[in-house]
Amino acid sequence: MPDQRYLDELSDAAERLWAMAHEMGLRPFPTHFEVVPAAIMYEFGAYGMPGRFSHWTHGRAFQQMKTMYDYGLSKIYELVINTNPSYAYLLDVNSVLQNKFVIAHVLGHTDFFANNAHFAKTSRRMVETMNCNAERIAGYEYEHGVREVERLLDAVLALEEHIDPYAEEAEYAASLRPEPKRRAPAAATGAYDDLWDLDREGRAAAAAEPRPKPGPYHDLLLYLLTNSPVLEDWERDIVSVVRDEMLYFLPQMRTKIANEGWAVFWHLRLLRALDLTPQEWGDFANLHAGVLQPSKRSINPYYVGHGILESINRQHGGDEAAVAPVLFEIRERESDISLIRNYLTQELVDDLDLYLYDQRGGDLVVVEKDFEKIREVLVQSLANRGHPRILVADGDYHGNRELYLRHDYEGQAAASTSKPA
Amino acid sequence: MNDHRPLHRTVSLSQQDWSLHRKGPADQARHNEKVKEAIRENLADIISEQSIITSDGQKIVKVPIRSLEEYKFRFGEPPEGGQVGQGDGKSQVGDVIERGGRPGPGRGPGAGDQPGIDYYEAELTVDELAALLFEDLSLPRLEPKRTPQLESETIRFTDVRKRGAISNLDKRRTIRENLKRQALQGGPGAPLHFGGITADDLRFKTWETEVRYESNAVVLALMDVSGSMGPFEKYISRAFYFWMVKFLRTRYAHVEIVFIAHHTEAKEVSEEEFFSRGESGGTKASSGYQLALDIVDARYPAADWNIYPFHFSDGDNWPSDNERCRELVVQLLERANQLGYGEIRQGAYGRSGYSSTLMSVFERLDHPRLQPVVITDKAEVYPALRTFFASDEEGRRSNV
Repeated sequence: MPDQRYLDELSDAAERLWAMAHEMGLRPFPTHFEVVPAAIMYEFGAYGMPGRFSHWTHGRAFQQMKTMYDYGLSKIYELVINTNPSYAYLLDVNSVLQNKFVIAHVLGHTDFFANNAHFAKTSRRMVETMNCNAERIAGYEYEHGVREVERLLDAVLALEEHIDPYAEEAEYAASLRPEPKRRAPAAATGAYDDLWDLDREGRAAAAAEPRPKPGPYHDLLLYLLTNSPVLEDWERDIVSVVRDEMLYFLPQMRTKIANEGWAVFWHLRLLRALDLTPQEWGDFANLHAGVLQPSKRSINPYYVGHGILESINRQHGGDEAAVAPVLFEIRERESDISLIRNYLTQELVDDLDLYLYDQRGGDLVVVEKDFEKIREVLVQSLANRGHPRILVADGDYHGNRELYLRHDYEGQAAASTSKPA
Repeated sequence: MNDHRPLHRTVSLSQQDWSLHRKGPADQARHNEKVKEAIRENLADIISEQSIITSDGQKIVKVPIRSLEEYKFRFGEPPEGGQVGQGDGKSQVGDVIERGGRPGPGRGPGAGDQPGIDYYEAELTVDELAALLFEDLSLPRLEPKRTPQLESETIRFTDVRKRGAISNLDKRRTIRENLKRQALQGGPGAPLHFGGITADDLRFKTWETEVRYESNAVVLALMDVSGSMGPFEKYISRAFYFWMVKFLRTRYAHVEIVFIAHHTEAKEVSEEEFFSRGESGGTKASSGYQLALDIVDARYPAADWNIYPFHFSDGDNWPSDNERCRELVVQLLERANQLGYGEIRQGAYGRSGYSSTLMSVFERLDHPRLQPVVITDKAEVYPALRTFFASDEEGRRSNV
């Protein structure tokens, strides 16, 4: 465990970086840094949040991250939670400089969380909420059995990407829960035939009961939540927990490039303003280059996001006073899609050396360098975050309460069988 | 370890003790358990793999785990027009970025090409597989015999001393000694507080080695090697005996195994010969039973040994020999704890019809210690193992 001197040095650095960030115009949430051992870092990373509910997929993610770390293959540097105040975690085996770097980077994120419009509706108390959710789910495990809860979570998590943050719950709650099916009365032959008439009235009422209106509905989880005739209350609660937690993570997924770009942009400026020794400069340059490492086969959000911001900065001749309003407006308004749409130019594509690649024969080959085509593909890949758009076409298909899901085809066929991704 | 310093109430840094935090490892254990479950579900298919049976114990077996896939809606083909990547600054249209590469499935950036992200195959050595297979198997109806010769050593903690290894500290006795000593020194009415342990208070558990006797057991493995045993029949009987031998050697230190191959004549053979030899000719199963009986009477008297004969055959026996087989099997059953008979049938000789096989002879015997099994498919080797070596109460008791 690090000693007191290490902690004091980091505390002082956090204080200085905070003051400098304010001078530069950043307005982050108050941010609390916690120094943790690797196992804790990887646990929070695997669960997405401290104290989130138990599930074997979280356990698997934890094992994989931990193994990668133990074998020195990869390392999480930063982990920041979007709450007010924000929480960020620092690895206790990092050097002081490495953690200074992380602190500067994190302040970029907590500023973005606090000021970007896509987080306007985000709950800032999600740590507490998720802890309560986890506790309730643990209660259901106790009540209904661990396997039963796991079975349901497996099913709900399979649909977690298919939610719509703009869905109106009232529109989804179209119908009451249907009555259980009645048996058809036998042919009337006896002295109590009048009783059947009473039943017939009942059935007439059931038929008049509102049925689900045809879709489309884009939020599968909300649809099941409001319309499923079979879910029990505790099961509904779990569906709603998964949906709420996904709604919380969604804006972070939609602003990954913008947010990382913003954080890199500011960690550069903050660390440049610290008086580092030549040795520290070398270490810092190494770290920075590692984060911005371009990837041949995918997008590095740090690299692309930062590239866009720096290019805007350059367009204003590096005059930080002139460019500040533009940059701060980007930080307030843009998501990844709008950032790419509005600011990706041919010059930037050349500068970042972005390309389209495809399979030619057995090899992967660069096929396109035109910025408009690249922009189109990039935006398309960010839409719905890489998942096919599946929607409820009709919840009362054939008048039989069958659920009819449709793939909203956008030029790429969905897999007919489940395939490992 | 707690240094909490609010700085202008806006940025702060602290470090707490996280050593009791265990959530990740707990869910990790659940994941590992699921991997094991998935392997267990696949056992029947895995264990009849040719490549495993002909291997030594060190071979790595890849076990596909389909049940651990997460179900998601995914794209079935990469997007039209390609995917976005980044070069080192000089990329040109036509540059090959990866030879023999495949774009990641779906649109997830780079999904599927990171190592260790998802494994749908678990890797196990044959020995690990064996441990899983045999978890709940044992020799059935094992009985204590007259002169137990096989011994194994165990350790039992039987004594308490003042000196010993600190890991063997007897805490309860140490606390009692500490309180006793204080009571002696303090006089009547003095309050007793546990603490201030001296070397004199310490008590350690010490052990003795004990010799435990295990029941003797002999397994007689009979295999039909006549001409009617086709490649499938030979393969199945070898697969069964491969795992049986592995099972016996894994679980029991001193089980003896006698290998007998027969066609119209029977011969005791070495293990190596048993697994490799091919023969031909007609079938008189009685020759095998007679030899088994002779060996038992000469070397493994029932009073001293638990006896387990197994016989694998296609059941295609010389018809006039069937009656003699019946008599010999009855005699063997008088001595044996259990007699297992596996009949391998394929195609037209499948489960139904065709009843003039050895199986028909045994079915009429209807003896409680006779365990007949029919195998028509590779995947039935494992169920057969489980039938023959099902743990029973008796077996467990004398085995503990």
